[in-house]
Amino acid sequence: MPETDLPLLSSAQAASFVARGFLRFDAAVPKAINDQFMKEAGKVSELKAGEKIGKAFLEVFAKNRIPEVSAGTPLAEAYAQKSALGRLMALPLVRGAIKSLLGEDPIFDHHFLHVSFPPRFHERAEHENVSQHTHQDSTIDPRLSFDVQMMYFPHAVTREMGGTRFIPGTHLRKVSEVALGRYQNIRGQQHMVCEGGTLLFLHHGIWHGGGVNLAETARYMFKIRMRASGSQVRQWDVDDIARPNAQRAIFFTKSPPAKGTVETILTTPEPWFEQDTGRLEYVNRIKLWRYLVDDPTYDADYWLTRLKV
Amino acid sequence: MSARRQKVLVLYLANSALDAPVIAWAHYDGTGKTLHMAGDQDQPPYATGLDALKDGWRLFQAAQLLPHARGEEFDVAYLKYEFFFEQLVEI
Repeated sequence: MPETDLPLLSSAQAASFVARGFLRFDAAVPKAINDQFMKEAGKVSELKAGEKIGKAFLEVFAKNRIPEVSAGTPLAEAYAQKSALGRLMALPLVRGAIKSLLGEDPIFDHHFLHVSFPPRFHERAEHENVSQHTHQDSTIDPRLSFDVQMMYFPHAVTREMGGTRFIPGTHLRKVSEVALGRYQNIRGQQHMVCEGGTLLFLHHGIWHGGGVNLAETARYMFKIRMRASGSQVRQWDVDDIARPNAQRAIFFTKSPPAKGTVETILTTPEPWFEQDTGRLEYVNRIKLWRYLVDDPTYDADYWLTRLKV
Repeated sequence: MSARRQKVLVLYLANSALDAPVIAWAHYDGTGKTLHMAGDQDQPPYATGLDALKDGWRLFQAAQLLPHARGEEFDVAYLKYEFFFEQLVEI
């Protein structure tokens, strides 16, 4: 499909990514690609009693047919065309979402095959089977611009299998990796229970962690981190941006806010928002939207205008 | 050695008042009878911090209220309203 015909994100989807830090596409990848990916990823070998869980990881890494790719490679050159990942990255939905969020010619950062082993592996390794602490990837990242992490779930994930846990709306918090590991549960947390072929596009800052696998089979998730090489401004389908630059009535209103507008999306709280810093979340969402639309005067519900920011 | 062990409950509230709603939480059980971990509970154990007090938890630490550094007033990072509770349990 030519670049000009790609299905780009709408402004509501772009605003939702700004506000909540994720976009989810269920069963978006055809079964043939999922099956090919699982073959290329390889099966886990059973552990013998007393062997360490690290051995099972090393075997999966040694046996799989996923390539090593150097950081900084143009994303378009990262995967062989006929490989499962090459076919995945060629899907119009994937290309359109990446173009919408990162613009032209994105750069590959890294990828990783996440494998969560079933309880018998941990029992044989005498290793406690627990979920991963909630964390933000990489390290403290003070940028306004953002990288995208695409999580690919190549097979169906049940709640018993754990799934990747993430907390919508946490991506604008400037924290240091797993320093927040103390927070076991946060209101509004989501667990990726999904059909095979589901994709999750994440802002790099979103808080997340691997869930504990209590099922009989290993769980796979493949993550690709990518960044922009140029402008991220107005890369989605901006035709639906209504920009009368008129402010709506706030606080004292006689009807609920119109659903689906950028302003409503940017000022919708998450269940975990603190009452005061929830307002700072709106401020930071508006700042990010200003960056993406390249309009330093944009405001939603007067939050920045009032502050003369 | 004492035959008592500490159970710790950490509640994160929506503001600095102890009767504010719970937005995040964690359990650590020093008796070893239960194992808690990230993502193991989607509904909070109490609606507010005060409800935890009413159920016998003893508050032993509360987060300070700190002024906002000039130039960083809009920055958000860790959850602000953290309250540590304990129960001492005979084993």
